[in-house]
Amino acid sequence: MDNLNVFSADIRKHTLRALLAFGGGHVGGCMSMTEVLAVLYGEVMKIDPTNPSWEDRDMLVVSKGHCGPAVYATLALKGYFPVETLDTLNKEGTILPSHCDKNLTPGIDMTTGSLGQGISCAVGLALGLSIKNKDNYVYCILGDGECDEGQVWEAALFASTKKLSNLIVFVDWNKKQLDGFTSDICDLGDVEKKFEDFGFFAQTVDGHNVTEIISAIDKAKNTTDKPSLIVLDTVKGKDCTFANIPQNHLIRFGTAEYDDAIAFLDDKISKLESEL
Amino acid sequence: MFKLVKKILPEPFEAKTAFSKTMDEMASADENVIYLDCDLMASIDMTEFAKKFPTRAINCGIQEANMIGVACGASLIGLKPFTHTFGPFATRRVIDQIYISGAYGKTNIKMIGSDAGVTAMYNGGTHMPVEDMGLLRTIPDVTLLEPTDSVMMCDLLRQIKDLDGVYYMRVTRKVTDQIFEEGSTFEIGKALTLKEGSDITIITSGCCTSDVLHAHEELATQGINAEVINIFTWKPIDAEAIINSAKKTNAVLIVENHNIINGLGSAVCEILSENIPVISKRLGVPDRFGEVGSMEYLKETFGMSIADIVTAAKELINKK
Repeated sequence: MDNLNVFSADIRKHTLRALLAFGGGHVGGCMSMTEVLAVLYGEVMKIDPTNPSWEDRDMLVVSKGHCGPAVYATLALKGYFPVETLDTLNKEGTILPSHCDKNLTPGIDMTTGSLGQGISCAVGLALGLSIKNKDNYVYCILGDGECDEGQVWEAALFASTKKLSNLIVFVDWNKKQLDGFTSDICDLGDVEKKFEDFGFFAQTVDGHNVTEIISAIDKAKNTTDKPSLIVLDTVKGKDCTFANIPQNHLIRFGTAEYDDAIAFLDDKISKLESEL
Repeated sequence: MFKLVKKILPEPFEAKTAFSKTMDEMASADENVIYLDCDLMASIDMTEFAKKFPTRAINCGIQEANMIGVACGASLIGLKPFTHTFGPFATRRVIDQIYISGAYGKTNIKMIGSDAGVTAMYNGGTHMPVEDMGLLRTIPDVTLLEPTDSVMMCDLLRQIKDLDGVYYMRVTRKVTDQIFEEGSTFEIGKALTLKEGSDITIITSGCCTSDVLHAHEELATQGINAEVINIFTWKPIDAEAIINSAKKTNAVLIVENHNIINGLGSAVCEILSENIPVISKRLGVPDRFGEVGSMEYLKETFGMSIADIVTAAKELINKK
């Protein structure tokens, strides 16, 4: 699993590279979800980077669409497009806009950005696959702040009623949203229990532990009569040296902060590789 | 090609029956057709359809936002989703879902909003969409349709099934007047000249078409030769037909079952003002909410009855 930890650290590095090119962005939420991206694209999902629209692929809907840069870093590292493209983030005419856009970026399976909508589209993908008797999986990553949206819970009720066991949803439970702690702004309470009550097979894992994430996905896949929900217990801004600040949803940063963060991540990667 | 009926009479069935029959035909012939509804299947005669196609008739429950998202997602698997709920909930309640997951995301959904304007009758102001087309008109790449009768509705349903993109069709569920002979076909985006005339152009849509044709007869008895154009595709609108007719008549009256703000009249006047600024007038719901009542009561209340059309046409001609 150490290679997935290296991949995750590399996603963090390349996310920061993309964000640096624009002078900042949604650092916090990108950093909290790199392990699950590493697991999905490095191990779990059936994909073909040379054929992004391959009909038999598994699909990912990043419902927290503002964290597109972390997904772009992942896709670039997997070869969907050149790594250098990351430097065009948010530049005029780019294929990498701030929020995920399936019509611009190879490998992005659904356009998102208006919070709460991505999970409905993921549910629709899962329903469509089910109607077509296809055995691909649909993954979806929700933000915890995003779960303020009523549409999330509409989608949850629908998915469990239709027994969409080909749907595996993650909640990036980093406990913070733009204006502060989710517990202060719109308290979600026990996320796992809520989804369980909405008919999901629900689990909670350390969202920065790739082994735990893989194990949870395995258990989810063994569930045959209901959709799955995996709460990723994460830290907003994880492993980004300049993101350990109260307001880390959107951070502007420059070369000095970037160099410091990259040095930390390089050191981490070196240690991980020496253990491989 | 279309052919007008010789005499306008009510269709011998409710529009919802024609809708469910056509959906059944399409789903039988094409296994990619799916139908999603928000707990209103019984209201639009789709209960039998749901029994016949249990995996492709999806009752979402009362959750319009999720329905639109699910339909958008399912379309990416190659399915052809039709969605239905009442017009207000099919549009203003889910405008962002239509905008982002639908049009901006370039997915393929065919949205049916029932009980257009005054046809909502006794469901009243909460359920009476007089703004639905106007709301969606500001979203790029959305095609807006209002069938004139069931003959046209069924033809358009069959056409949009196989077309990519986001379509919204506002319909009535009730008995409507038959305007076109069975077998008529229609081209999306093309206006229909129902009557040729030279004194004034009357542009109309949906259930107002029958009223305008009756007004046309009344005007003829008074020696006024009105041209009647039926615009069933509100967007993209047939600018050429509007301009050509205005050139001929120099006066345009628009009659619509919609708020006159950002409705068909607004769309027509945009074309006129930029191309041939002739005198014009919009008849429709005068920027007010719906209320309970019969269609006749509502049309009279809103100032869009046959008598109102005749009066407005004559006033407009006098102002030329």
